[in-house]
Amino acid sequence: MKSIFKRKVSQGIAFSMFRAAACINVLVLAVFLGFIAINGISAISWEFLTQMPRESMTKGGILPCILGTIYISLGAILVAFPIGVGTAIYLNEFAGKGRWTRIVRMGIINLAGVPSVVYGLFGLGFFVIMLNMGVSLLAGSLTLGAFILPLIIGSAEEALRNIPPSYREASLALGATKWQTIYKMVLPAALPGMLTGLILGVSRAAGETAPIMFTAAVYYTGKLPSSVFDEIMAMPYHIYVLATAGTNISETRHLQYGTALVLMFLVLGLNLAAIIIRNRLQKKF
Amino acid sequence: MTEQAKFQIKNLNFYYGDFRALEDINLELQQKQVSALIGPSGCGKSSFLRCLNRMNDLIPAARAEGEILLEGQDIYSPSIDVVNLRRRVGMVFQKPNPFPKTVFDNVAYGLRVNGIRDKRLLREKVEWNLKQAALWEEIKDRLNQSALGLSGGQQQRLCIARALAVEPEVLLMDEPASALDPIATQKIEDLIHELKKEYTIIIVTHNMQQAARVSDITAFFYMGRLIETGDTETLFTRPGLQQTEDYITGRFG
Ligand SMILES: Nc1ncnc2c1ncn2[C@@H]1O[C@H](COP(=O)(O)OP(=O)(O)OP(=O)(O)O)[C@@H](O)[C@H]1O
Ligand SMILES: [Mg+2]
Repeated sequence: MKSIFKRKVSQGIAFSMFRAAACINVLVLAVFLGFIAINGISAISWEFLTQMPRESMTKGGILPCILGTIYISLGAILVAFPIGVGTAIYLNEFAGKGRWTRIVRMGIINLAGVPSVVYGLFGLGFFVIMLNMGVSLLAGSLTLGAFILPLIIGSAEEALRNIPPSYREASLALGATKWQTIYKMVLPAALPGMLTGLILGVSRAAGETAPIMFTAAVYYTGKLPSSVFDEIMAMPYHIYVLATAGTNISETRHLQYGTALVLMFLVLGLNLAAIIIRNRLQKKF
Repeated sequence: MTEQAKFQIKNLNFYYGDFRALEDINLELQQKQVSALIGPSGCGKSSFLRCLNRMNDLIPAARAEGEILLEGQDIYSPSIDVVNLRRRVGMVFQKPNPFPKTVFDNVAYGLRVNGIRDKRLLREKVEWNLKQAALWEEIKDRLNQSALGLSGGQQQRLCIARALAVEPEVLLMDEPASALDPIATQKIEDLIHELKKEYTIIIVTHNMQQAARVSDITAFFYMGRLIETGDTETLFTRPGLQQTEDYITGRFG
């Protein structure tokens, strides 16, 4: 009898510890969100979301920043998704286990470990200056795309690995070629996982500052971007600028928090969309 | 023997790395016959079956030696197109493995990869094959639902329908009835009888009664060797070897 009691106690202790760990997570997030919301909510208004900044960015809205962030995130994903998925398919379906594959994998792992500001400098040197793209949406999208590439590859590879070998066997046993097996069976089945990676990639891209601050984003521009060669404003960089170099740092506090709030809602919204899309697609199969 | 055997297996040795899973197998499998492979778990029945459509090619360290002739042609020779081989030699796997697609798309899959696009033809063939596999009545209203929502037995019959749809010449069945209830099992056995008129069928089973009921010849495997083979009736009533008798009467061990 005693041993059952003891076991129950130790189970109770273990459960409480795990529950506490989970609670700390939620708590941190709640405090964090609450802090930004309390400080930023006063800035949020229809005008804030739809107007240009005015009076040296101490008044008015952040429309160019919102649009800039959306454009550059989409641009980055447009660059990274096809290349990333292609790489994942190659690595997971075609590449053997030879030296070349190991080198490619090492490269990807290293790319994932490079600090984001290094991407920014690389983008400046390579896209902006060497390829003469200038500080532009294009240069920023390419740089940011390179930055999220390892993430896209990783999630796409995981999605592919999750397809059980028995599906592939069944397909091949029906006289499908390897390529037919991949695009008729493996890719549709892996799609929910890949889309999750895509949206996580977008939200990651939306929040980054360092890769775009030398390549695409500017302190201030009076016009909305109309081509890929235009420079843009972006929310993360805007926050940075207001908080460190603005004309009146303390007076624009609420604007900084307001922008952060908008950015966070955008990212949370994207993540929510990722979850919904994945669940929808998974239910269908 | 005047008629050429559909499959002739000559001195087949099969390895997983260093482990020899099949030893010196010699066997002939006739056209329009049902051949049953029996033997205790792990004796190499599945490995043997998977040599016949080269499914073992997918296992990196696996390697086959010897000859397997399909209508006189060595299926391991370089001139053989393995995609075409697998279309001709269909397979129902030991574990049901429907695709994460709808019931309809599962059955239509093999047709589509073989170039059939016509919607009406697809629908006709899907229906016909589901009827063949004794599944139509149960799921005719659920053709557009996920195949993963079916019961294990239904999934297995779906896999049979899917394999039949491409009209293979040979059908390899690895314990097709192990997850089925007696009624569905009966239906599958009836189906095998029906298919025998046109197809060559090779079936692995752990059920001695089933082997006796459906097959024309039976091959008894033990520890990677083919111990005894012969027509089913003789093998079950007057087995030539004590080992075979012990196995089929359940006195094994
Ligand atoms: N992929 C593999 N790699 C290494 N060894 C394997 C592999 N598959 C099977 N084996 C081994 O080969 C032997 C024969 O296995 P096989 O699956 O052919 O047996 P079986 O007769 O089909 O058994 P069962 O009736 O349980 O399905 C076993 O010893 C098994 O452990
Ligand atoms: Mg087996």
